[in-house]
Amino acid sequence: MKTRKSKKEFENKYPAADALKKGSMLTRLSALVFGTGCLAGGQIIKGLIFLAAEAAIIFYMIQTGLHNLGMLVTLGELEQQKVWNESRSVYEYVDGDRSQLILLFGIITLAVVVLLILLARSSLRQAYKIECLKKEGRRIPSFKEELQELFNGNLHLTLLSLPVLGVLVFTILPLVFMISMAFTSYSVENSKLVLFDWVGLENFKRVIGLGGSLGKTFWPVLGWTLIWALVATFSNYFFGLILALFINWKEIRAKKMWRFFFVLTVAIPHFVTLLIMRTMLQPEGAVNIMLRNMGILGAKESLPFFTNATWARVTVILINIWVGVPYMLLQVTGILQNIPQELYEAARVDGAGPIVTFRKITLPYMMFIMMPYLITTFTGNVNNFNVIFLTSQGLPRSVDSTAGKTDLLVTWLYKLTIENQYYNVGAVIGIMTFVTLAVVSLITFKFSASNRNEEAFR
Amino acid sequence: MIKFSKYPFKKKVIVAAAHVLLAALSVIWLVPILWVILTSFRGTKGSYSSTFFPTSYTFDNYVKLFTDFSVFHFPKMLFNTFLVATASCLISTFFVIAVAYTLSRLRFSARKPLMNAAMIIHLFPGFMSMIAVYYIVKMIGWTAGPMLLVAMIAVYAGGAGCGYHIAKGFFDTVSTSLDEAAKLDGASNWQVLTKIIMPLSKPVVVYTLLTSFAGPFKDFMLAKVLCGTHRDYYTVAVGLYQMLEVEYIDQWFCSFAAGAVIISIPVGALFLATQKYYVEGVSGAVKG
Repeated sequence: MKTRKSKKEFENKYPAADALKKGSMLTRLSALVFGTGCLAGGQIIKGLIFLAAEAAIIFYMIQTGLHNLGMLVTLGELEQQKVWNESRSVYEYVDGDRSQLILLFGIITLAVVVLLILLARSSLRQAYKIECLKKEGRRIPSFKEELQELFNGNLHLTLLSLPVLGVLVFTILPLVFMISMAFTSYSVENSKLVLFDWVGLENFKRVIGLGGSLGKTFWPVLGWTLIWALVATFSNYFFGLILALFINWKEIRAKKMWRFFFVLTVAIPHFVTLLIMRTMLQPEGAVNIMLRNMGILGAKESLPFFTNATWARVTVILINIWVGVPYMLLQVTGILQNIPQELYEAARVDGAGPIVTFRKITLPYMMFIMMPYLITTFTGNVNNFNVIFLTSQGLPRSVDSTAGKTDLLVTWLYKLTIENQYYNVGAVIGIMTFVTLAVVSLITFKFSASNRNEEAFR
Repeated sequence: MIKFSKYPFKKKVIVAAAHVLLAALSVIWLVPILWVILTSFRGTKGSYSSTFFPTSYTFDNYVKLFTDFSVFHFPKMLFNTFLVATASCLISTFFVIAVAYTLSRLRFSARKPLMNAAMIIHLFPGFMSMIAVYYIVKMIGWTAGPMLLVAMIAVYAGGAGCGYHIAKGFFDTVSTSLDEAAKLDGASNWQVLTKIIMPLSKPVVVYTLLTSFAGPFKDFMLAKVLCGTHRDYYTVAVGLYQMLEVEYIDQWFCSFAAGAVIISIPVGALFLATQKYYVEGVSGAVKG
């Protein structure tokens, strides 16, 4: 409801479609020759900027852009060659095409084309705006006034331009680059590391299909990723909640001290604690040695923390509890203090015991407040690289597979790309992770939206 | 509260047992930390020790970090991390605050689409774009030489704009009546931001500065992928991770513990200082 209302509020006064339908010839011309509308309307500097931008882009396109786009179709075909040099009577290597570069430059050129279209749209709208202002007999703002407007009505443009540019260059461009690799044969297989081709959905078929070795690895890893994310999210949530309630119990003395003990573990960088855990849980690590000294284990015996599949899975979940519960404790403590006390008093008057109040008041209230947070945590856990990579490293691993028993999709992605150079399959795994998360988030949002009475606790 | 000694016997037992349980849990949570501190002072070498408490204590592990540069140049790593952290925290704080303020306070047609886009980006493993960034950086030729540090700063700060949630949660709670009053007096949006909102937002600016400063100290993945084998540009996290590789672990394990203690002190202090904002930020974000 809110979104619909806001959409109406921000309806564009000068949409590009209207400009094409109702605008004058001059306005329509602005879509081809940028800035004509502005120049005719007296906004000389702005018009020139538009024109210069168009000229620069067209120059770039003629210079290299069109070539880049053309190469994108084949991703290059020329192999590195040995050429006989008559005059020096030696073989010389002539560089062939490098598909990776072609792909990257192709994508950048596509982005430039999109920019060109956006500029055309903007130029069209500006021209239409000037035309409308003229018709209504209003004054056309000068360049200086428009600059001032950038710090008032258009402040969002000023503030957002750099951050959005940063995200485009350092997040979106790389993502598109990586996603496009999923449709190529870029991989160490058949030595396609220099020259590769488009292969369509071939890689997806191999990963999803149960026939090949990739499919046989993918589904178990996906299954474990989901189990891990569910168990890790909820175990942290419940242990954190119970611990917070426990410390909050009125009989507990020195509450601040107990909280500090747990919070201290959050203060230390994760990778340090995780690496320490790994060292402590090695066959000859501190834990096994302690158990041996205490006589629980024999002299040569050790518990298979990371060598047995089930042990390893339980171990990483326990480690995750160790890492995550203090965070939960911090947040839950804050929220618990916000629960309206009247609810508890009313329950006490009605004769409800502590277990009933927990089930009927505390738990639903926490669920209500923390549902969005839980979804974020779930997403975080699906992509929880550190806990797995720094402790079990995905081990134990069976001989015939690239993924170990505790590998999540992300750690498998790391192994496939950085360690083994199966870039195309890695990209597919990344996309599948996205699909999984998108599906889960959609379902939970839908589920919680329909079940959620926003004013339940007001 | 009634004095403990006045409790009936049964209740005394329950309350005492509760404290014992809490103490036991605290021990589980604190043992690894204690173990690192003890190991950093351990006199005997190697990653394995037959006893929990060291048989002899020494400062050598710390001294080694700052004098033995044969494999790992710890002071240089500290310097690199410090440089990257300072530069990237300034840039990313600007980005985060700009985005958070804009999305929280200003209304424009692209607002919802931008927020949805940020949500969708968040669903991709962050790691995926990182691998691609590595290739792009490598193609530009920044993976060797001092440009590597620039690349790290760019990557840490470049995408920071997406992490606006906690700061936006803060701006959402600042009353809009202040803005309106200022606007009635003829202030522009820019003046509202610089003269009214910014002075009120010191906590969230400090929070963003401190958390993004701590980032490069905590992250090792990105630095590891970008640096590869270029030891000169390692950050502390990558260096410490390398100390646990099979070929170095015997000589360097206790120094690893010492290094861990050294970087945990500032990072821990930063965290404890920002803890309050973190909790408020998260519950604020949930409220909105």
